[in-house]
Amino acid sequence: MAQTRPKPPLPYRMRDIVLPGDAACPGCPIPMAWKVLAAVFREKMILVIPACCSSVVVGAYPGNSIKASVVHVAFASAAAVASGIAEALKKRGVNDVQVIAWAGDGGTADIGMASLSGAAERNHDMIYIMYDNEAYMNTGIQRSSSTPFGAWTTTTPIIGKTEHKKDVARIMIAHGVPYVATASIAYPHDFYAKLQKARRIRGFKFIHLHAPCPTGWRFDPKYTVQIAKLAVETGLWILYEYYDGKIHLSGPSRPYMDPAKRKPVEEYLKLQGRFKKMTPEKIEEIKKYTEMYWDWIKRHM
Amino acid sequence: MGKVVPITGNYAVAYAAKMARVQVVAAYPITPQTSIVEKLAEFIESGELDAVMIRVESEHSALAATFGAALAGARAFTATSSHGLLYMHEWVHWTSRARVPVVMAIVTRTIGTPWNIWPDHGDFMDQRDTGWILGFGMDNQEVFDLTVQAFKISEDPRVYLPVMIGLEGFILGHTTMPVELPDQKELDDWLGPRRQGYVIDGREPLAIGNLAWPEDTEEMFMDIQKAMEEAKQVIKEVDESYGKLTGRKYGGLIQCVGCSNAKYIAIAMGAWAGDLIEAVQKLRDEGYPVGVVRIRFVRPFPIEDLWKIINGVKGVIVFDRAISFGAWGQIYTDLVAGLAQYTRNLPVISNIVAGVGGVNVTHTDFYKLVKNFVDIVEKGEQPPVFTWYHKR
Repeated sequence: MAQTRPKPPLPYRMRDIVLPGDAACPGCPIPMAWKVLAAVFREKMILVIPACCSSVVVGAYPGNSIKASVVHVAFASAAAVASGIAEALKKRGVNDVQVIAWAGDGGTADIGMASLSGAAERNHDMIYIMYDNEAYMNTGIQRSSSTPFGAWTTTTPIIGKTEHKKDVARIMIAHGVPYVATASIAYPHDFYAKLQKARRIRGFKFIHLHAPCPTGWRFDPKYTVQIAKLAVETGLWILYEYYDGKIHLSGPSRPYMDPAKRKPVEEYLKLQGRFKKMTPEKIEEIKKYTEMYWDWIKRHM
Repeated sequence: MGKVVPITGNYAVAYAAKMARVQVVAAYPITPQTSIVEKLAEFIESGELDAVMIRVESEHSALAATFGAALAGARAFTATSSHGLLYMHEWVHWTSRARVPVVMAIVTRTIGTPWNIWPDHGDFMDQRDTGWILGFGMDNQEVFDLTVQAFKISEDPRVYLPVMIGLEGFILGHTTMPVELPDQKELDDWLGPRRQGYVIDGREPLAIGNLAWPEDTEEMFMDIQKAMEEAKQVIKEVDESYGKLTGRKYGGLIQCVGCSNAKYIAIAMGAWAGDLIEAVQKLRDEGYPVGVVRIRFVRPFPIEDLWKIINGVKGVIVFDRAISFGAWGQIYTDLVAGLAQYTRNLPVISNIVAGVGGVNVTHTDFYKLVKNFVDIVEKGEQPPVFTWYHKR
């Protein structure tokens, strides 16, 4: 692996916007991601949050762990409510506030898919961030369409998931929106740069953020960042941007175009209890699928 | 002075939304509501109305986007019918519980299955427990008046609740009648700028809807009940001041026709109340002492006003154009429950459910039903408490 110079810290003072004392599990990736959002937008953001872990993480009324505006909304509706807010702000001439739909994978890839598709097609000026912990974690680890192949969840308790993960970023690319990106909580500088780019583009921006969940994926909370990093280093999670009709591979993923440079998939799987029952055949299937994913990336660069 | 235009009930709604200067409209097509959205789209694209139209992909998103726009400080409007209303039901509750002023027109249509496009009140009455103020018009003029009034009521600090205005599909929705539109300037002055309890526009950090403990949640809902009580007064004041502006005063939550010295009261809501009034007029000419109470608002339920009228009468006949299966018509149910707090000696009260599925009920039906009711009571007999009147 290529050695990189240490990056300067993000322009964010701890406890500035994302306050301590939230209700997240130990090792939760959500507040980590919010700190990156806060580094970009400060207080000037409205987070529209449907039913998901984040609706609990902010804490109970009258407390609120984020010093920014938060609108909690019914499950299927993050993109629709954000549409209304974005249009009203435009109408009222408020143009220094970023509307952000912040939804989990269930609220995006499953129940929220129609409203997401509608808002993307109408190209409202917002950033939609799907933080992907790859299952319904808030209700206690149930399978979503974004759960990866083979993973144990409480609704795939014995056999594991028999289908591959739904590729929502690719679905959003098909909508023809001006900006789509994937990101990972292990690469805050990359995420930061993508948010900075997204904020300068008018219209609908979609960011698919990979966010490992210690509780649901069954790993020690201290490994959240390491596992997120391994997902990239094994080539399972590819960081890219899509604009101007092309995929632009992001820095952290560039070395892994070459399969020889990738770490073995097993290194990622073995740290997670949810993959405990993976057979060699299933691991082979994951490798095959990953290769197809890379092929698609390369064809569209 | 205003000007009189021949327009359908749906266009009356669209004109009202335009004259209330809505800033955001989010809507989805459904029969028989569609021509409201079409007319508003035309107003917006032609530049007659300075507003944004969000052509959403579902009714669930229609109200969600309307909510978002209203939350962020815009005067926002939507309209739907029947299945669209049911599809957005989650948001109907969410909007009122967040205390966000919004106005929505409901062009009523029978709920399926089977598919049916004709009007009854089933979709509208299904909303009674949602925390919305529910008003219903009798003709196109009243539909226009109610819709502009709805913004004033919804945005009153004593209320801050969303308002639904009902009108029957086709019967009003697609039928042209003369409607007097007020002078825009005068209406602007009367309605005033957008008001709401709080705005989320990012200028200062504010959160809405966080998880709340049971006691906190219950207190928020108790406040909605209080606001509903306050709304009774607000609705009357708005009726009063709008009356001064336009010369049209309806009487607040109910409208009475021939109620003074009536010994019998017939109650109905919506366009068919017009047929009822016609039938009762004929009966009065024949010496029957009957009056009509027209329900204009189902929520808050106008029990005080109804008791004033009903106290001392011999009989009440309630026409419902919807049914709570396994019970009775909803207006009847609310009326009897409400009257029970005033007296143990209720007058004879009969409930007629009719016109369900869009079955046409005319003034001759009302004439027959009311006459029959009065005749039975006068004979000292007990009429059936509940009748599903069906003509075939």
